[in-house]
Amino acid sequence: MKEYNLSHLKELEAESIHIIREVAAEFENPVMLYSIGKDSSVMVRLAEKAFAPGRVPFPLMHIDSKWKFKEMIEFRDTYAKEFGWNLIVEYNKEAYEAGIGPFTHGSKVHTDVMKTQALLQALDKHKFDAAFGGARRDEEKSRAKERIFSFRDRFHKWDPKNQRPELWDIYNAKVQKGESIRVFPLSNWTELDIWQYIRLENIPIVPLYYAKERPVVNVDGNLILVDDDRMPAEMREKAEMKMVRFRTLGCYPLTGAVESEADTIEKIVEEMMITTKSERTTRVIDFDQEASMEQKKREGYF
Amino acid sequence: MNQTLNISEFLDQDEKKDLLRLLTAGSVDDGKSTLIGKLLFDSKKLYEDQLDALARDSERVGNAGENTIDYALLLDGLKAEREQGITIDVAYRYFSTNKRKFIIADTPGHEQYTRNMITGGSTANLAIILVDARTGVITQTRRHSYLVSLLGIKHVVLAVNKMDLVDYSKEVFDKIVKDYTDFVAPLGIPDVKCFPLSALKGDNVVNKSENTPWFDGIPLLDYLETVEIANDNNFDDFRYPIQYVLRPNLDFRGFCGKVASGIVRKGDEVMAIPSGKTSKVKGIHTYEGEIDYAFPPQSVTITLEDEIDLSRGEMLVHVNNKPTISRNFEAMLVWMDEKGMDPDQQYFIKQTTHTTRVRIDNIKYKVDVNTMEKSDCKALSLNEIGKCVFITNEPLFFDPYNKNKNCGSFIIIDPITNNTSAVGMIIGEVDEKELTTTITEDDKATMRAGSSIVSVSERKKITGVDGKVFAITGEKQECINEYAYTLERRLFDTGAMPIVINAKEFIDIENIMLIAKKIATQGYSVIVINGTEMNSDDVIVCKAIDGNIASDVESLI
Repeated sequence: MKEYNLSHLKELEAESIHIIREVAAEFENPVMLYSIGKDSSVMVRLAEKAFAPGRVPFPLMHIDSKWKFKEMIEFRDTYAKEFGWNLIVEYNKEAYEAGIGPFTHGSKVHTDVMKTQALLQALDKHKFDAAFGGARRDEEKSRAKERIFSFRDRFHKWDPKNQRPELWDIYNAKVQKGESIRVFPLSNWTELDIWQYIRLENIPIVPLYYAKERPVVNVDGNLILVDDDRMPAEMREKAEMKMVRFRTLGCYPLTGAVESEADTIEKIVEEMMITTKSERTTRVIDFDQEASMEQKKREGYF
Repeated sequence: MNQTLNISEFLDQDEKKDLLRLLTAGSVDDGKSTLIGKLLFDSKKLYEDQLDALARDSERVGNAGENTIDYALLLDGLKAEREQGITIDVAYRYFSTNKRKFIIADTPGHEQYTRNMITGGSTANLAIILVDARTGVITQTRRHSYLVSLLGIKHVVLAVNKMDLVDYSKEVFDKIVKDYTDFVAPLGIPDVKCFPLSALKGDNVVNKSENTPWFDGIPLLDYLETVEIANDNNFDDFRYPIQYVLRPNLDFRGFCGKVASGIVRKGDEVMAIPSGKTSKVKGIHTYEGEIDYAFPPQSVTITLEDEIDLSRGEMLVHVNNKPTISRNFEAMLVWMDEKGMDPDQQYFIKQTTHTTRVRIDNIKYKVDVNTMEKSDCKALSLNEIGKCVFITNEPLFFDPYNKNKNCGSFIIIDPITNNTSAVGMIIGEVDEKELTTTITEDDKATMRAGSSIVSVSERKKITGVDGKVFAITGEKQECINEYAYTLERRLFDTGAMPIVINAKEFIDIENIMLIAKKIATQGYSVIVINGTEMNSDDVIVCKAIDGNIASDVESLI
């Protein structure tokens, strides 16, 4: 029966495509949140696979915190054009004009205002009833318990104690007006699965994932890239060139690089096999408080 | 992991790995979380920093005693649960060895959480049921095994844990194995394996233990890596529920779906259910291009030789192998909602990609999950399991669950709360004559005498409101209109199905009011724009005045 057996990657792919199609079929106005990261790149490819030879029947939306790495924005604009994505870009205009940023206001305020609030504003503005996110259950403890179709009330809040039972591959897509579902088609993928799939499928990713000599500053053990001159001058002075790459991408002042020689996809996968650190250690925002991701998720963050 | 492999060799090997989904069941005291922690730890996938965080947390809230790693803390994710020291929902964990990738659904053992075990187990290939070697097979073990058999999980591992605390006694192990195999025999689980373990000390988890020389089996992890699951899918009966119709241009009309069971090949003669129209498979499309055949659980897009009408919720099958097509069936139902079953209410049912309305005709019995005894029952409540007969609005296309999981499973959705209230596993079709709520002779007499057999209270269960007539009057027409449509919106939002009539569109206002009242007695709210009072208590007259429309309407809701 070997000929009728799927590899784990192909089984995950089939599961994700099924999820994406269910959303397209059952919701009136879905959107795929696109963060420009590696998981988003995989998710978008899966959406393209789900509807080939047709086009993806919903838009992608990027919530721009205005503090993303420059290379991320370049990558986004290049591929949106090349693949003909229907891409929406939104940001928290009011807060941006008020000059909110991680260096001046700290990671907590910045993340809340420029990421969580910006996302909620955009979801309300477009009246999306379903939003895909690229989160994986292996990323973080509170994500490990989340459903694939995760219900949000009218205020976009998640109630971890009151989740809808989710069985087999039958997803409950029913919501009242104003309520919505966050959908996580990559729930069962691990970080290694993502990398192997990127290699297997030749999926383009932001070059920051590959190791290169880059100017970084050591801030409490996090290697922060000097991405622009909004970084305070006294910090920039401490910059040194290091061979580094990023395992996750977010706002540049809140995302630490890792020292690495992995400048090809094969070397990255190899590094993944022997790594002893989980990827979210490079995310400064997770260390704010005990169970901080769960708190942010309850408030509406992905 | 063999570090001498080069990366391309590793990837070639790794790409061939398949996926095993497993369920773990046991109580807080059986050491379930310790076993999972041990599997994760020993398969070298516990990351260093997760361990660091663990060491910190163990000092603060750990229950394992000083200077001991509490593996359970790795798994208890959410804040409240940490404080209570129990896992209260399903948590998914991932690990991988050279041979397989594993997804563990970790579920709690408490009785009130049957719901979660059912949730975690629905996609599992294999279940690990833990027992404490000191206590052996207990009520909970029976309950878990019953639920596992109900879910149709084909492979069960009985993990007899804490063998270190019974001096690795062969007699103790043998007795537990005998008790257990006697108990599970009638449940019909095809493959049961028993292992003597100590998760804490590591005996027989990853490495064969020297403490159990009498045990001739392989360690648990070796078994998990090698147990054959590829044949557990149904490859015989081709079922392809249509998920999405793809029409990118006039020349391409593809039917997207996931192969639920069976194998489909290019050129196969297929039939559309329920229309019965036949055609041939023209192509099986994927992003990478066309393929010759597809099998479960692949997601593909099928094109047909002929233009036949086929939409979401319908099904493609082989012409000589059809599912049961029926509105009446019986199933084992597990109630999952705090809000108990209302046997008079209509619910939604979703089976494959098909959603329709359903009502419960009768409950044959409920099952006590601890004793497996059957008893009469009027309605199921949270965590109760029963055999129920259902009548759907539109026919379903199904197979018995034990023959075909994907076409024999369904969920029940509450139309008011939208919660997933229950989940079911179909046993088979029920003859219409056996239904209890079909039209009886008495009903016929009632109808022939000119009366309805649908009661107002039955209607109210669907609309959620008593039928009322609202006559909207006022000085300004735009004001009256705003009032009427605000009221309509608000009633609609509460789940009612309001009807709006403008009396000015008709010649005889009094007749319109009489019709409105007649409709209202049948459970609908009727809003009559420019209506009149008619000296009747049944009509609520609303005067629309600019400025307080919203608050006036609110007072009516």
